[in-house]
Amino acid sequence: MSAAARIVLVLVLVAFPLIGGDFYINLASQIFIAALFATSLNLLVGYGGLVSLGHAAWIGLAAYTSAWLYLHLGLRHWITAPLALVNTTLIAGLFGWIALRATGLGFLMITLALSQVLWGTAYRWAAVTNGDNGLSGLTRPAPFGISLDGPAAFYYFSLTVTIVAVWMMARLVNSPFGAALRGSRDESRRMSALGHNVWLVRWLTFVYSGFWGAVAGLLFVYYHKYIHPTALSLTSSAEVLLGVIAGGAGTIAGPIVGAAIVLILKNYVSAYLDRWNMLLGAVFVVIVIFMPDGIVPGIRRWSARLRKT
Amino acid sequence: MAFTRRSFLQAAGVGIAAFGFPVRVRAQTEPIRIGLMTVKTGPLASGGIDMERALAQFVREHNNTLGGRKVEVSVGDSAGVPAQARAKLQELVERNKIQVMIGPLAAAEALAADDYIRSQQLPTLSVAAAEDLTQRNPNPWFVRGTSTSAQSAHPLADYCAKQLKYKRMAVIADDIAYGHEMCAGFQRVFEDSGGKIVQKMFPPLTVPDYATYLAQMKTNIDAIFLGFAGSNGFRWFKQFNEYGLKGKINVVGGMTAFDEAVLRNMSDEALGIITSCWYSAELDNPINKKFAAAFRNEWKYDPGFYAAATYVEAAVLEAALASVNGKIEDKPAFMKALRATKIDTARGPVAFDEYGNIVGNVYIRKVERKEGRLGNAVIYTYPNVSQFWTYDAKEFLKNPVYSRDWPPAKNLES
Repeated sequence: MSAAARIVLVLVLVAFPLIGGDFYINLASQIFIAALFATSLNLLVGYGGLVSLGHAAWIGLAAYTSAWLYLHLGLRHWITAPLALVNTTLIAGLFGWIALRATGLGFLMITLALSQVLWGTAYRWAAVTNGDNGLSGLTRPAPFGISLDGPAAFYYFSLTVTIVAVWMMARLVNSPFGAALRGSRDESRRMSALGHNVWLVRWLTFVYSGFWGAVAGLLFVYYHKYIHPTALSLTSSAEVLLGVIAGGAGTIAGPIVGAAIVLILKNYVSAYLDRWNMLLGAVFVVIVIFMPDGIVPGIRRWSARLRKT
Repeated sequence: MAFTRRSFLQAAGVGIAAFGFPVRVRAQTEPIRIGLMTVKTGPLASGGIDMERALAQFVREHNNTLGGRKVEVSVGDSAGVPAQARAKLQELVERNKIQVMIGPLAAAEALAADDYIRSQQLPTLSVAAAEDLTQRNPNPWFVRGTSTSAQSAHPLADYCAKQLKYKRMAVIADDIAYGHEMCAGFQRVFEDSGGKIVQKMFPPLTVPDYATYLAQMKTNIDAIFLGFAGSNGFRWFKQFNEYGLKGKINVVGGMTAFDEAVLRNMSDEALGIITSCWYSAELDNPINKKFAAAFRNEWKYDPGFYAAATYVEAAVLEAALASVNGKIEDKPAFMKALRATKIDTARGPVAFDEYGNIVGNVYIRKVERKEGRLGNAVIYTYPNVSQFWTYDAKEFLKNPVYSRDWPPAKNLES
């Protein structure tokens, strides 16, 4: 992206709450959360070649931990947020240790199973999670005394967090560690032969990805002020994976675009179409046919071809 | 493919225009904007579609005019997912500018939307049955014209203990808050009337096969209570018959187990089954006769729980609007009028308690065949049932909310 385009993008993002209505501001906030969440999954799917179908675990764990600490122990947000992140990251470490005994399909099934365990726990352990009724009565934090209850305030908050998070993840990808990660995806045996600890590279990525998933979880629970077991469900994991694949796994912009498309179809287009699920399906079929590697790589390829002719 | 910059700009312009912010031309007296939050995709969709049909019928019958003002209905589809329900509600409020909401359908959706309803001060006529919405954590912008989860189960337990003289019973329900609350309420009243609940089963909502639950069901009981929602009661009962248990164990059902919506797919095996609900399509009052006949005429099936719920809520809304002369903009006054509403509806006379929940009749019904189709004939009426049944409200609220574990089941046999 050229410098000029970047400046325009930043200006549009900053100015958007001044021109958009409340509904669109809130829609944008949700897109940021989804984009951050998809980007964290992309570390595994796109750069590590590890397709996880259990990524919703991190959003749910972080959200439930922070909500429970707030409701049951009465802790303030500045304590609950780091505790939720630490807890989720530790569990990501454990889950990664289990799941990375396999790769490919085995990895996918184990992540699915582990996240389903959490989903079942959230449903059944009613004493802690309030079961099917979910945890309500939550509030948004007020960093530096600024209330985030208004749509615009929350918009800037989630925008800031998302930009920092995406930048941090891009740093990882572009570092020597990121090169090792891509190497472990493409030529894992050769990487081992070169002396890299492939398992450790993958495990660290898994944990890092879980951490940023947890950050998305905090934003999610702050936005909704409510958490229900569906946040941990397979649908939720599948939706974010769909976003990553549609947008273009293994690119920084891809998951952001993909997550935005899924969210806009789900929350905006559904107002005009009863059968919006069908449209969602049709859009993905079109993407798969015309841009099998995702929208962002697809557009890049097309524009390169245009430049040539 | 030649895609010049100009054609791209044109395409983008069209895209932006389509995305654009709606501009509303305001008439001199604006219509009242009603939001219907329902479920049109997923497993709960059949109830959700009934809601939409019943509301459309009510509005049409009143010439699109309630309380002297034209109305505009916007429909939101939450797909039964709580976070989605909240997003849809935001859309209805912030984009469609609705002034009052009917819905949402499922308890978890209402709980997810709860704080948003409070912050927007949006008058809400809910169908969701979650007890605490009108009990320990009542929402001041909330009225419920249907019933809490246990409100119809309490009278049925009383009927089972006192009229049917059952002594030992089992309960089975979906493993969701609605199922837990209904079974808990049933258990409490049944055991307080001298009966014993000896077995409780909670199969997952989407269980494909009830064989294991039928196999572990006790046979030395008088009857089993079904707290299922949607089509699960129908599926359980079908397998129950296939196992040859019909006639050996009596079956009674909660308000959604043998709903008109599933009854139409059943055969004579269902005959004689007793259920309780705050409504039956067979109710003999002039309002219901007109409603049920018109609904049946248009859609070729009987209105059930969800259709009646929406029709009743719409009638309450209309009465409240009429009493404030259509001035819905004065929210506190409108809310007060909503809760003070006392009218006859398709379900019989209704009024509201101080928590915004309905006080109305609950009917004990028996499946009978009439004019060739199965229906829920009313055999007994419990008049003016409150959500607290005969318990003292203050004492009732001191207890924890009904759940899998409360009230404790002391008589379970393993």
